[in-house]
Amino acid sequence: MRKKIWIILALAFIIPGLLFTASCAKKAVKDDAAMTQQAEDEAAMKAKEAAEKARQEELARQREIDEQRLKDEAMMKQEAKDMFLNEDIHFEFDSSILTPEAQLILKKKAEWLQNNPESMSTIEGHCDERGTSEYNLALGDRRATSTKNFLVDLGISASRLTTISYGEERPVDPGKSEDAWAKNRRCHFTIN
Amino acid sequence: MKICRTLIAWFIATLFILTIPGVSLAGYDYIDITQPYLKKLPIAVPYFKKISTVDDTDQLSRTLSDLLSDTLDFTGYFKIMNREAFLLNPQTDAGFANVIFHDWTSIGAELLVTGGVLVKDNLLEIELRLYDTFKEKLLVGKRYKGGISDQRRIIRRFCSDVIYSLTGDRGIFDTEIAFVSTSSGTKEIYICEFDGYNIRRVTHTNSITLTPAWSSDGQWIAYTSYARGKPDLYIKHLKENRGTVISKEGINITPAWFPNKFDLAATLSFSGDPEIYLLTGTGKVIKRLTNNKGIDVSPTWSPDGKKMAFVSKRSGTPQIYIKNLDSDQENRLTFQGNYNTQPSWSPKGDKIAYASMEGGLNNIFVIRIDGQSPIQMTHNEGDNESPSWSPDGSLIVFSSTREGPSRIYVMTGYGTDQRRLLTLQGQQTQPKWSPRMTQN
Repeated sequence: MRKKIWIILALAFIIPGLLFTASCAKKAVKDDAAMTQQAEDEAAMKAKEAAEKARQEELARQREIDEQRLKDEAMMKQEAKDMFLNEDIHFEFDSSILTPEAQLILKKKAEWLQNNPESMSTIEGHCDERGTSEYNLALGDRRATSTKNFLVDLGISASRLTTISYGEERPVDPGKSEDAWAKNRRCHFTIN
Repeated sequence: MKICRTLIAWFIATLFILTIPGVSLAGYDYIDITQPYLKKLPIAVPYFKKISTVDDTDQLSRTLSDLLSDTLDFTGYFKIMNREAFLLNPQTDAGFANVIFHDWTSIGAELLVTGGVLVKDNLLEIELRLYDTFKEKLLVGKRYKGGISDQRRIIRRFCSDVIYSLTGDRGIFDTEIAFVSTSSGTKEIYICEFDGYNIRRVTHTNSITLTPAWSSDGQWIAYTSYARGKPDLYIKHLKENRGTVISKEGINITPAWFPNKFDLAATLSFSGDPEIYLLTGTGKVIKRLTNNKGIDVSPTWSPDGKKMAFVSKRSGTPQIYIKNLDSDQENRLTFQGNYNTQPSWSPKGDKIAYASMEGGLNNIFVIRIDGQSPIQMTHNEGDNESPSWSPDGSLIVFSSTREGPSRIYVMTGYGTDQRRLLTLQGQQTQPKWSPRMTQN
């Protein structure tokens, strides 16, 4: 008697289960195919988008790098030019001899002139206010000339370099201290 | 036109100069020109007597007598006596024509100038007399006639006669001084009369303009200017619009006219090195005068043109050298100090004034041309530069920062009587005394 109950219970569960399973299975097959297709499409699209985005990003990045590089180059060029223009060489009192520091600076200037072969430069010779005006005009001339000769020896064409002496007429620092005088004993470069 | 008118006026004035009879030739023994400033001659210049009754003659006679005593005082030879010590009223006869010498010797006046002033129809007639009060002798007596505006010229002319009678030299009353001033904002050249009067601007370069130099006839000045952007040498006629620019590569500086010729020495660096050349007044190189690597600059000629002093760095520091142009020999002149520049050869030929720097400040020195006994003229009074002799050799003009900004000063050739010449806006530097403008 008990066996019978178990079978009935089993049937009662299994049959609807089977029925259910069958119907389910059938439907699942059909849905699966559609979904795969759609997913593939979506994936492809996404990939494409991603690729495009990546490409764009890469391009932007590249552009940025290029821009930065150009900017850097321009900046370096400007810096080099500024340095050429702003970095004076200095002298001892009543001397037109180029100090080792002055020679180092002049080597950089020669490099710049070599990198900018179209540029012409004027070398201004200046003195401090001590001493007398006439002698200082001659001393400023000696300073500018010895500076020019040094650059010519480094391979810069003499025709690209002009000299002018201002003697003590144009100090950068009007002060009356050793500091001011040291600043004023100089050769200054300009680009023509 | 203006020159013409002035000439005519002066011609008229000259026509009326009368040498008063009884004037004896002075022996020039009043002022010992070898030591003229040890004892200044006491001179009395009372107010001139007014001869006309025109109201403003009073003022004019005071102005003229003050001008006369200032002009004589400028020479440094005299002690101008205080008028308050005078014993008599100058408006009496004794004030002009009938001098009572005892009134003057008793107050210590060794010389006396009296004058009579007559004004008629805007014409000025002045009679001036110089007396030796101890010898009771008339030394100079002159009568001048001219326009009211000629008064400075008349007084200067008489002072010139006074100095001539006392020293045998005509003095400096017809000379001028060129200098550099920053009054306009840039360095430009100006000229004034010997006493700082009548300042006028000569250049309008709006750049740096330096070192004026007079030609021997006083008609030309040479100077350096950056008017074209670099230091070029300009040779300019002072009255006519003509001249030359020497614009060689490098510096074109420190002109010095050759005595009595239209040639000049200057420093040019076109060879790559500052050297001194002899040039024509039209800018052609006649010859190179120095040949030494390093600085050679600032030539100055001996009065006979046979020698040239200049600054060279050949010994390591700037020193003054003398080149003999006949023998080509060059000898070092200065051995005292490490920085001796700006030589100026005296008109008598026996001395050279220069600036010597110590501790960053210059002082004026005078040295004999044999190099013996350099004498310091300025002491502890700022920076003193650019000495230049008056053409009679009695005075030196120079620049000094003793009162702050650089100004022009005058002293005697012995360093005495230092005083400021003029006051002008900005700073004044590089004075150069002219030659005599008229030949008396």
